[in-house]
Amino acid sequence: MRKAGRMLVLLGVLVVVAGFATRRNPLLVVGVAGITTGLLGGLSPREVLAAFGTGFASSRSVTIFAITLPVIGLLERHGLQEQARHLIARFAGLTTGRFLALYLLLRQLTAALGLNSVFGQAQTVRPLAAPMAEGAAERSHGQLPDAVREKVRAYTASADNVGLFFGEDVFLAVGSILLITGFVNTTYHTHLEPLDLALWAVPTALCALFVHGWRLLRLDRTLEHARVAGPAAKGADK
Amino acid sequence: MIRAEWFFWLVGGVFLVMAAQMLADRTNPRRHGTAAFWGLLGAGFVYSTWVTDKKAPAEPLGAAVLVMACLAGFGFTGRGTARTATPAQRAADAARFGNRLFVPALTIPAVALVCAVGVKRLHAGGEPVLEKGSETILGLGIGAVVALAVAMVMLREKRISVPLHAGRSILETAGWVMLLPQLLATLGAIFSVAGVGDQVRRITTAVLPDGSVFLAVVVYCVGMFLFTVVMGNGFAAFPVMTAAVGWPVLVQQAHGSAPGVMAVGMLAGFCGTLVTPMAANYNMVPAALLELTDRYGPIKAQLPTAFILLACNIGIMSVFAV
Repeated sequence: MRKAGRMLVLLGVLVVVAGFATRRNPLLVVGVAGITTGLLGGLSPREVLAAFGTGFASSRSVTIFAITLPVIGLLERHGLQEQARHLIARFAGLTTGRFLALYLLLRQLTAALGLNSVFGQAQTVRPLAAPMAEGAAERSHGQLPDAVREKVRAYTASADNVGLFFGEDVFLAVGSILLITGFVNTTYHTHLEPLDLALWAVPTALCALFVHGWRLLRLDRTLEHARVAGPAAKGADK
Repeated sequence: MIRAEWFFWLVGGVFLVMAAQMLADRTNPRRHGTAAFWGLLGAGFVYSTWVTDKKAPAEPLGAAVLVMACLAGFGFTGRGTARTATPAQRAADAARFGNRLFVPALTIPAVALVCAVGVKRLHAGGEPVLEKGSETILGLGIGAVVALAVAMVMLREKRISVPLHAGRSILETAGWVMLLPQLLATLGAIFSVAGVGDQVRRITTAVLPDGSVFLAVVVYCVGMFLFTVVMGNGFAAFPVMTAAVGWPVLVQQAHGSAPGVMAVGMLAGFCGTLVTPMAANYNMVPAALLELTDRYGPIKAQLPTAFILLACNIGIMSVFAV
């Protein structure tokens, strides 16, 4: 019976999965899942409220990118995205796929040097990389149907994420490496060197560069196909 | 010393000013709810300083977070008509300023770079100039402020309200998704306090096959992947899966290389981050910032890569590490 009671905390996980699967508003899903799990896990309602408060307070750094929005908004008012499209149009050989593969490489290299916030979704993807990727696509394929434009933007976001995730672990002082050494060295009384962990991240980093780089290059073929087939070809590569 | 909390106050202040602008914006049919949402967020940013110091109770902040979730979740937030330039004006400005427009945009990463590499090591009066451990976010914040100054001088824009209105429009367009990463971080903390990790470890140990090292590698990597999908990041998954499989089976029984098993296991978790809406700051917020109609667009673009890389990690670990 006690065992069954303890398993009940997994209901919170179920709430999350069911909520996202049925496309309810994620804020409500997460709020309900947090309250359910907390109460089932033996927290008092007060403690649940306090957990929401301290969780918010200690995770503010994920929202700090909002500070870049005024300058980016101002520049966009004065044609930053248009200029990014013009600039890319001058490099005839730089297709959308090649541009994004280059962005992936740069993102990975800078992250491997520990420069995680030099690039990012708010500071470089929205104002620069996404319009450039669209500009390159427009040069080769003319006006883009909305579905294709969305696809190009989504792939730009993906290049940023993949480059970050599989570049940062090659750097010694990144959070995940320090978490591993901290946890393993204190729990198992051993001594792991950050350098060893970083070296072990290199093979996967290379795989990520080749796999995602190849998929980005193939995006050019998808765009070509979409132009031939017209807007009806949405999702034709699936 | 420049403290991280000062920047949180600045961000909170910006949210509060934008909330005031939203309240005054009669083109927004839900201006009261929208202003309340962003105003609470801004006030929460400032109040949090005393919560992290344990000088103020966390309960009121928790209640405010739940009110924000309800405001957005039940449709009380909306957006006004953006005060922006027409496409013709934008094209004319792009032609007039040309590549100079990139200067402020590139100032943000350039300053972030200088802070991360150079200013990090500077000391003044026996203290580091930038608070230790917060150099990255401070670099981004300082970069944004410097870039705004450069842009206003270059574009001869004297009113600070203009960039704030422009930024507010982006916030309104992106909407409540911006709160999701912080709410999810909270959920992760509640999950671990309530013992979700212990239950996952029990299930993992129960399904762990005896004798086959390769299958143990698969359970460890796939377990990292799945648990990361549920939690939104690999950090919560790592201690649980490592205590259940990674250390006792792969390192101790199979005599695998400890750094190899741990590093590749963590990267298997990162594959999970690529496919989960729970990693909202990487997957949901960009969809909103890029104004995609499909919120799962970035996840769909990353899905095949994530599965191929999960297989790569299983291969790398079983061939080289154990």
